[in-house]
Amino acid sequence: MIRDFGIVWSERSLLLSGLANTAILSTVSAVVALLLGFVVTPALMSKQPVVSGIARVFVDGMRCVPFLLFAYIIYYGLPSLGLRLDNWTSGLAALTIYNAAYMAEILRGAWVVQPREPIEAGVAFGFSGLRLFRSIILPPLLLSAGPVIGNQMIQIIKDSAFLTIIALPELTHAASSIQSRHYIPFAAFITAVFLYWGLCLVIEAGVSSIGRVADARR
Amino acid sequence: MAEFTKVLDVAGVSKRFGDNEVLSDVSFQVDKGETICVLGPSGSGKSTLLRCINWLERPDAGQIYLNGERVGINNAGIVMGDRDLSKIRTRIGMVFQHFALWPHLTVLQNLMEAPVHVQRRPKAEVRDEALALLAKVGLSEKRDAFPARLSGGQKQRVGIARALAMRPDLLLFDEPTSALDPELVGEVLVVMRDLAREGMTMVIVTHEMAFARDAATRVLFLDRGRAVETGSPDRFFSNPETERARQFLQRYAGDIANGKR
Repeated sequence: MIRDFGIVWSERSLLLSGLANTAILSTVSAVVALLLGFVVTPALMSKQPVVSGIARVFVDGMRCVPFLLFAYIIYYGLPSLGLRLDNWTSGLAALTIYNAAYMAEILRGAWVVQPREPIEAGVAFGFSGLRLFRSIILPPLLLSAGPVIGNQMIQIIKDSAFLTIIALPELTHAASSIQSRHYIPFAAFITAVFLYWGLCLVIEAGVSSIGRVADARR
Repeated sequence: MAEFTKVLDVAGVSKRFGDNEVLSDVSFQVDKGETICVLGPSGSGKSTLLRCINWLERPDAGQIYLNGERVGINNAGIVMGDRDLSKIRTRIGMVFQHFALWPHLTVLQNLMEAPVHVQRRPKAEVRDEALALLAKVGLSEKRDAFPARLSGGQKQRVGIARALAMRPDLLLFDEPTSALDPELVGEVLVVMRDLAREGMTMVIVTHEMAFARDAATRVLFLDRGRAVETGSPDRFFSNPETERARQFLQRYAGDIANGKR
């Protein structure tokens, strides 16, 4: 058994590049999904029934499709419609679009419980447009949604493991290459599990520091 | 151009929400240094009137002038864009019933946010002025506290200092003490009385009858969206012209007699 972990150690550069790819994949898609969420959320809350209807169908649709199937559709399905994406582009697109729906729903939930008056005060004090959003609306929104967004980031990290099926060289992919090369499934996979766990600890540290900032203001 | 002593001119303002006519043809003027208390039963349109002055609500009819300049409609007769509207709003300070402080900013940052980011005044100057204002409302030691850590009375004093930090021509108060525990009302009224004495121009929607009687230069009585009476507080409180005002005052008779609140 110790010998198996020795083999894993000897393959550490493969594992570390998988870990790095998982981190990049998750971070990029989390950030872009959050930004997309800021576009979808106002659409969800729009008074135009057509706009809010389309946004609602997108959000509910995504939330009811298993991520693995969605990734299959993007990578294997789209080429039959004439759109062929490489595995990195497909993986990033799948992870981002899928999670944008969750982010939109998270932001909507935080948005509707924000008190109206401080925003109105911003308007009365001359804030408008982007400046109003950035200075007055966004900060309290992020503070209150922070923990749930962090939770979703953990979900994104775990979902990214599915992308091994489209041969994206992320952490799960690296672990299964090592196990198939050396026949050491337990050592390879348990190492990957600990590396995922480490990533999640980083996220949780971030969430709890947001929590501390928010608590001081509550 | 002649100097305007008339700071605010509200002329024939009407506003309806659906079928409900909230304000109908309300007119009044405020001279520089005046304290106008707007009184009336709840639902009489007092808050809506206040919110029409800085166009938080868009009036359906009528005109509003701040120092002779039309609010909300530009020279071409079209509704102002955000930029023009925001410029004119920075000259009208507002104090809210539920304080409406920005929860993510400290007390000092609450005072500095709009002067620095909207008025684009130099930060050092704004900071000095903000610190002086905090001293004035007796909250210097709370400058680094977040609003959530303050009592209601303290929050409202910050709310007033925040409005003053804009160096406004006019201050609007929307029931500034209605959300406060009774024992905290006094500390806010003290600050407002000081401002009245110093000649700040103010329009105050309030239910504090004793305050209106002592501190107002004039009283405006609204009933069902109409400006029913306006005049000196002495005359209004001792000898109101209309039956509606008499009935209204009867409900507050005890408060006024005791000089309470």
